[in-house]
Amino acid sequence: MNLDFSSEQTMLRDSAAKFFANECNYEKVKHLEESEKGYSPELWQKVAELGWTGLLFPESYGGYGGSFLDLVIILEEMGKACFPSPFFSTIVQCGLLILEGGTEEQKQDLLSRIADGSLIMSLAQYEAETDFSYESITMKAEAKGDGYVLNGTKLFAMDANIASKLIVAAQVGAAGLSLFLVDADHPGVSIKKLPYVSSENACEVVFKDVVIGKNDLIGAPGAGATLLDKMYDKAAVAKAAEMSGGSQMAIGMTSKYARERVQYDNPIGGYQAIQHFMANMLIAADTCNNYLYRVACMVDEGDDFARDASALKAIANESYRFVTERAVKVHGAIGTTRECDIALFYRRAHPFSMICGSTAYHYEKVAQSLLKEGLGAF
Amino acid sequence: MDYKLTDEEMALKKMYGDFFKEEMKKAPADTLKGGLEGTYSGEGWEFTKTMRKKLVEKGWYVQHWPTEYGGRDAPLNEQMIFNESIAYYGAPGIDGFGVGMFGPTLMLYATEEQKKRLLLPIAKGEVQYCQGWSEPNAGSDLASLKTMAIKDGEYYVVNGQKIWITVGHRADHMFLLARTNPAEKRGRGLSVFNVDFSWPGIEVRPIKYMNGSHIYNEVFFTDCRIHESERIGPENQGWSITRDTMNFERSGAGAFARIRKELEHILEYVKTTKRNGKFLWEDPLVRQKLGRLYAEMEAGRAMAYKVAWLQRVGNLRFSPAAASEGKVFSTELTQRVADFAVEIMGLSGNLEGSEWAPLNGAMIGTYQTIIGSIICAGSNEIQRNIIAWVGCGLPRLKGQG
Repeated sequence: MNLDFSSEQTMLRDSAAKFFANECNYEKVKHLEESEKGYSPELWQKVAELGWTGLLFPESYGGYGGSFLDLVIILEEMGKACFPSPFFSTIVQCGLLILEGGTEEQKQDLLSRIADGSLIMSLAQYEAETDFSYESITMKAEAKGDGYVLNGTKLFAMDANIASKLIVAAQVGAAGLSLFLVDADHPGVSIKKLPYVSSENACEVVFKDVVIGKNDLIGAPGAGATLLDKMYDKAAVAKAAEMSGGSQMAIGMTSKYARERVQYDNPIGGYQAIQHFMANMLIAADTCNNYLYRVACMVDEGDDFARDASALKAIANESYRFVTERAVKVHGAIGTTRECDIALFYRRAHPFSMICGSTAYHYEKVAQSLLKEGLGAF
Repeated sequence: MDYKLTDEEMALKKMYGDFFKEEMKKAPADTLKGGLEGTYSGEGWEFTKTMRKKLVEKGWYVQHWPTEYGGRDAPLNEQMIFNESIAYYGAPGIDGFGVGMFGPTLMLYATEEQKKRLLLPIAKGEVQYCQGWSEPNAGSDLASLKTMAIKDGEYYVVNGQKIWITVGHRADHMFLLARTNPAEKRGRGLSVFNVDFSWPGIEVRPIKYMNGSHIYNEVFFTDCRIHESERIGPENQGWSITRDTMNFERSGAGAFARIRKELEHILEYVKTTKRNGKFLWEDPLVRQKLGRLYAEMEAGRAMAYKVAWLQRVGNLRFSPAAASEGKVFSTELTQRVADFAVEIMGLSGNLEGSEWAPLNGAMIGTYQTIIGSIICAGSNEIQRNIIAWVGCGLPRLKGQG
């Protein structure tokens, strides 16, 4: 057992922290949030040059063959910075799907372009009447001639407005849920950005008689659910990393405010009501953070981590929402303003909680796993 | 970073597990009540003493102590594996006060003569210690304590009343915190003493816990003469010594191993128990709560590992917030587990000792005793103050200790 980061990982963390402090302070974040694109192409290119966009991919696909824990370290820093970027949609969701289910040709082509920062992708999965449980996706891909025709409307396709390729989840006859690669500018595809509480690029994507070839699939027809499952086990840990970083930062900012804000002749952080708020926030963040590293190590060590990924995401959902809500409260009225940075975290709490499965979804998954397999060896 | 156990550590884990599993088959009903009550009541106390002897014989009792004091310098993670095993199987034996708290304090502050005289009996399992801190008017505000130890030649004359003395009725010794300088207030003017309960002027009276068990005691000192050679560390420096002792008190991967065992029992219960024609596991609310408790248990365990790691690399004395967070989280999670279990058991969950009591009434037992743990050893509210001060850097205002 060794619970310290390697010196390389410490360097990675420090350089990421420095990058965001220098290049993307909260003023810049709010400016980007209000822009139509919702991200900075210049910063995205810099992120690619730092190697973070290819961190997770093998060197043969233009990546760096980093560990999952390395990725977690970067994502924690992105969570601290509230960095508006297509990192999660492109690298974590689509990148992992391609890495897991793509053909050699797709990997060579798409992963190398993701790694060098030139390709942004979006996963179109949610529908008006399906939440994260993709088993109930209704959109159909009808076999026609030598390919498929897509018709339907997807919601919450993150970064579709800036993506050049989409991965679309749709049902194929008897085969079931399948994943399709569709160009964002393909005839019949229309994309509209939705006003979203976190100002992330949540999009509506409408498919009207979109004709695609039979090879425009990630994995075989019917492989969709398995591929999504595998991706989401890791993506849940990745999102938990972003949330864990956000919680730590929100606590740091709130502690600072509580030391500086004076009422009744004392800093409010001297009062026990505030102290106990903050102690509970720190406990919530620290339990989540330590569990995050443990699960990340399980991923790297090749252990079966699906149950723990769910347990972790649920813990991250609960702690992030708890911490960010208390953080605004400690700030008082100023915390509720657009001007104050703490609300950046508060506005992300619900979207982040939902994106890889809600708290209830994950507790159910944990419980089902316990009922089936027991707690496992002590 | 990795959480893997080495092959040797895996082998140790198996050895401890096999031993405790086998030994616990011989445990009397009193022991199976668990917790302090199980360890120190009736036949449970006899079993505790038997187990203590066996642990000493095995060389496990103080294995993490330095060789010179009777240990084998076992690395902290081996000790953590041991603590997890003993807690998971609910095995008694270790004197947490002597081995866990006072021993390490002696190693830091005692004279060579005191170390030789006091550490070996603890290491051999020959003595049971108790902690002499709280007083009727000095609970959370411990530093305001009033028990006096007034110098008279080579002796200190002790007068006063200590309360909430866990296992005082089984103890041979107490580590006492008393005021040696009556002119000084609060933390200044306190000293630590080793007290032998066979000395004159000490009276132990029981306090019944809410469930009728005998865990706590009052201890009265009346002109009890303590030789100066029993004072640990410099005179009037007892408060800073005690703060270190407190940190030895608060760690605990064992607590999460115990919770794991309880969740195993509860899981079996919901899988096999029907209510109104349906298995409990068919109720989505039951599943939600079970999923949550598992997640919290694993998150807490990861944090306890981190506390152990900080101890191992020598950081904990500089980051006591981590240990306080562990105490708060483990005790309150234990309470949530017991609350959940009692709730899903319905009225049967309230039976304490009956053939109708699910899981032998263990959950309603925990429900009653865990609140004591939440209050004792620095109440969780005091822990939250510490977490806020040390972990978040918030200021201590006047009057906050």
